[in-house]
Amino acid sequence: MQQLVYFFQKYKYFLFFLLLQSIALFFTINNNSFHKSKFISSANSITGGFYEKASQISDYFLLKAQNKELIAENEQLKNLLEKYRNIADSSTTNFTVIDTVRYHQKYVYTAANIIKNDYHKTTNYLTIDKGISSGVQKEMAVINSKGIIGITDASSTSYTRVQSILNSNSKINAKLQKNNHFGTLTWNGKTHNIVQLEDVPRQANAKVGDTIITGGKSSIFPEGILIGTIKTITPNNTNTINVELFNDMRAIKTIYVIKHLDKKEIESLNNPTYE
Amino acid sequence: MSSTLRLIFLFFSLLLLQVFVLNNVLFLGYVNPYLYVAFVFLFPLKQERYLFLILSFLLGISIDFFSNSGGIHAFSLVLIAYTRLFFIRVIFKKTVSDFQFFELFQEPFSKIFNYVVILTVIHHFSLFLLANFSAQNFGRIILNTLYSSIFTIVLFFLAAYILRKRK
Repeated sequence: MQQLVYFFQKYKYFLFFLLLQSIALFFTINNNSFHKSKFISSANSITGGFYEKASQISDYFLLKAQNKELIAENEQLKNLLEKYRNIADSSTTNFTVIDTVRYHQKYVYTAANIIKNDYHKTTNYLTIDKGISSGVQKEMAVINSKGIIGITDASSTSYTRVQSILNSNSKINAKLQKNNHFGTLTWNGKTHNIVQLEDVPRQANAKVGDTIITGGKSSIFPEGILIGTIKTITPNNTNTINVELFNDMRAIKTIYVIKHLDKKEIESLNNPTYE
Repeated sequence: MSSTLRLIFLFFSLLLLQVFVLNNVLFLGYVNPYLYVAFVFLFPLKQERYLFLILSFLLGISIDFFSNSGGIHAFSLVLIAYTRLFFIRVIFKKTVSDFQFFELFQEPFSKIFNYVVILTVIHHFSLFLLANFSAQNFGRIILNTLYSSIFTIVLFFLAAYILRKRK
């Protein structure tokens, strides 16, 4: 017993050092497992508040590019609207009025701003300025007008942390636009504009230049959101495809968070034990 | 009292400088200086060593809070904070009785340089190893460590000598 006390007395500085190191390691490991990192993140009110202040200043330098992007998106939406208006005008016989009571809205969009952006690490996260008070929670899709950005993974009252697609833990269902063969979208941590599409069957006949969109097999992303185009194909047994993103992940500012209204229902069907 | 105030000022200025300025440098896309290691070099030796470890841990974990990195900065900073005494003994040939009067910038430059380089490289290596969380991209870890260390060391000596001259 005395020996034990003596041991502690002699090595207490070293033991204290080990204690601090193990706390740090604990946080590190926790951070690497998806959806467990609540505590240490830029989504808490102190760090989020600081980043919002800093972002308010740097936003002025991006105003021009942001305006251009918004105009381009407006143009796209107007064209889309015009297309539907034409259908409604020309084919009145086939046109049926949708009963608003029976019409089921599946997705809700919430606009938000990125107040912190990372793209140079292997596990990148963004912070956005909407939180639980605006209806943003974890496991929601984050996109902008050019394509996907990531999935929310931790929320406080007014800030949310987003796991970027440039995160080696991300796995997103994606497919080829031309023939609906699907695979898993991952990132190898190397270049900020190239992601990898894996497990695509050989009969998919993927070619360089083909467009990749989200697959709609998850309960997070709606089907058909743009991702990128195929850049190179490595012919080996896993069949990895390099996809060049439409988004420049270094210069993104305004984004939309998509809430899937039927998510709970779908998940309860997939995991009936939780009911 | 003034030394306590200086330490608080050092702590917060290094934290804010790192998070809002240096984390956005990204020279060539990924080379980043981590100047907050200067906390370990500049912290006076005569202070309580437990306090020193706790403050290093707090500085590291605060930077982790801001950069969403779990506890990697805390781990690396506490690691060099603990090994600092060993290197002071070996490089500057100091014994425990000398610690009271130790001033880093009164030592010869070559020794300071060795001391700063060794601790910076240890810190950066453990930081990038933990950040990658595997030895998979080992070549990348080594390259990152090399480039970022050079950046940090140059920045540290520039800042140190510019701020010294004014006194």
